[in-house]
Amino acid sequence: MESRGEQSERSTRRGSFTTVSGRPIQPLHTPADLAGIDYRRDLGDPGDFPYTRGIHATGYRGKLWTMRQFAGFGTPEETNTRYKQLLAAGGTGLSVAFDLPTLMGRDPDHELSLGEVGKCGVSVASLADMEALFDGIDLGGVTTSMTINSPAAMIFAMYLAAAEKQGVSWKTLSGTIQNDILKEFVAQKEYIYPPRPSMRLVTDVFAFCTEHVPKWNTISVSGYHIREAGATAAQELAFTLRDGIEYVQYGIHAGLDVDAFAPRISFFFNSHSDFFEEIAKYRAARRIWARVMRDRFHARNPRSWQLRFHAQTAGVSLTAQQPYNNVVRTALQALAAVLGGAQSLHTNSLDEALALPTAEAATLALRTQQVIAYETGVPNVVDPLGGSYFVETLTRDLEEEALAYFDTIDGMGGMVEAIERGYPQKEIAESAYRFQQAVERGERVIVGVNDFVEAGEAPIGILYIDHSVAEKQCARVDRVRSTRDAGTVRASLARLQDGARNGENMMPLLVEAARAYATIGEMCDALRQVWGEYEEIPVI
Amino acid sequence: MAHKIRVVIAKPGLDGHDRGARVIARALRDAGMEVIYTGLRQTPEQIVAAALQEDADVIGLSILSGAHMHICPAVMALLEEKGLRDVLVVVGGIIPDVDIPRLEAIGVRGIFLPGTPMQEIVDFIRKHARLRVESV
Repeated sequence: MESRGEQSERSTRRGSFTTVSGRPIQPLHTPADLAGIDYRRDLGDPGDFPYTRGIHATGYRGKLWTMRQFAGFGTPEETNTRYKQLLAAGGTGLSVAFDLPTLMGRDPDHELSLGEVGKCGVSVASLADMEALFDGIDLGGVTTSMTINSPAAMIFAMYLAAAEKQGVSWKTLSGTIQNDILKEFVAQKEYIYPPRPSMRLVTDVFAFCTEHVPKWNTISVSGYHIREAGATAAQELAFTLRDGIEYVQYGIHAGLDVDAFAPRISFFFNSHSDFFEEIAKYRAARRIWARVMRDRFHARNPRSWQLRFHAQTAGVSLTAQQPYNNVVRTALQALAAVLGGAQSLHTNSLDEALALPTAEAATLALRTQQVIAYETGVPNVVDPLGGSYFVETLTRDLEEEALAYFDTIDGMGGMVEAIERGYPQKEIAESAYRFQQAVERGERVIVGVNDFVEAGEAPIGILYIDHSVAEKQCARVDRVRSTRDAGTVRASLARLQDGARNGENMMPLLVEAARAYATIGEMCDALRQVWGEYEEIPVI
Repeated sequence: MAHKIRVVIAKPGLDGHDRGARVIARALRDAGMEVIYTGLRQTPEQIVAAALQEDADVIGLSILSGAHMHICPAVMALLEEKGLRDVLVVVGGIIPDVDIPRLEAIGVRGIFLPGTPMQEIVDFIRKHARLRVESV
């Protein structure tokens, strides 16, 4: 593709002005745009309903966001070393990336795990791996986020068993389990069981934590993957919050009081390249959620109304070409998340369109956040963009679009029903294709990819995971199976199946199985036999 | 009427990130090809069986998870075994530079990395696909 070059006729810009989501943007906004927006009703001061300007009155002046870098690769020992490096470099929370076999509830020696062990994350097959992963890290002293969904309850059970072995009380444990199965059906497609039994596992975690692990965030309702799959900003907002509504409904239906579990619901959004649209998205999200929780679910605890979120910069925006440009993209996306009031943030590494990040690239990504936090002055003032004619207009527009999607999905009977008929999946696929066509036509410029292209780029060093990881992990799971008490494991797996059939809360049963060193594959298989497996009908 | 190029797009391995597979499937279809998308988590055996059953001229594999050095050799060996050596095999996804010559050495013809224009893939397939069913 021919580059138009820096000195082109670009000074006279033609064509449409749209966001990365395709939203037309007006050249100028004025006070007239704010007609109909009432400050007290629609914005409120920071810390006040509906929290458009943030959930904390003091913004980041009291406490900066948590710099939480998602990491995991290879064996638990290798990832443990990376965690210790991140903590030593000033990281303030851990975030576990699991490999695909773990995410899909398969042991490393299962035939479908071939070639995947330790590649996209760390391999955790049993309590033995979980203990190695956090060896020398006090689980009472860190907050840990675990990105795991279909087998979230199983992995969480292993984490609880590991904490127990360290002598740490569950009451003091703090962290987040992603546990968001709906977005798996919608976007990331790492599902195991059909939607309804999957939803039951989610609400079992809600109920269990309310009683036993009260400081734990029981779900991270995620738009990140929905956006990465191609959704627009408005679709990310709408489908994520509608997923959130579905979880609250199922929790209430399972007999829980809304204020007993809603304060532990957290969210996870993408931070994409279109600066103001992203900031407006976070502000709209807080406003919508506050109103939904108060008016639709009649929650009374203000903590149930407050939308807390983690943000991650957009992996999909990173390019394999001219990878150092990714540092700049990530910095700007991170700034948008901070201006939008994120509670925690992951910044992607420059090499992630090529491989899992090297240690150097991961450190640079963390440094990016530290520069924003300590050098730009941005965190010194709460919601600096509040009142901007443009930002408030965009916030309102995104809110309206999201509410229209709520109506459509409510009309289908709910999110589970919408998923079963493939509605959000199709909407996202359409947006993804439209975006790619705009790139092909050159309507959307991606620096270094379809414009400002350089020939003969020098390759950069990347992290390469070799097959020895799989051998080590297969050997360890073998050793675990031969040293544990086989009778206890068998009994615990039989109890799981009974529990699944008779409607008990599965969490205590899963903790029992984890303590007995049952593997992830064994636990998930036991429940596959009861609940069956979900299969998507492939459509293009 | 000319025979349309028949393409099986498959997503092998455990990964569910299917944005690329779906986008390219639509692009090939819009370019006039007959596209069969297998869906997720296909084993090499399932992919080759689909190619055989669908009389595919081309197999497109979407792999982002790092499992390509296990999946591609298995697919190539099965194609050889079933007498489907003339099926054009292309791979799209995240493939480290060091693996590109290794994949080419086992007969993968096109390797398309992130940022590849869809048109480039369409053109490549048009140029290199050997139609298994001649025009009628």
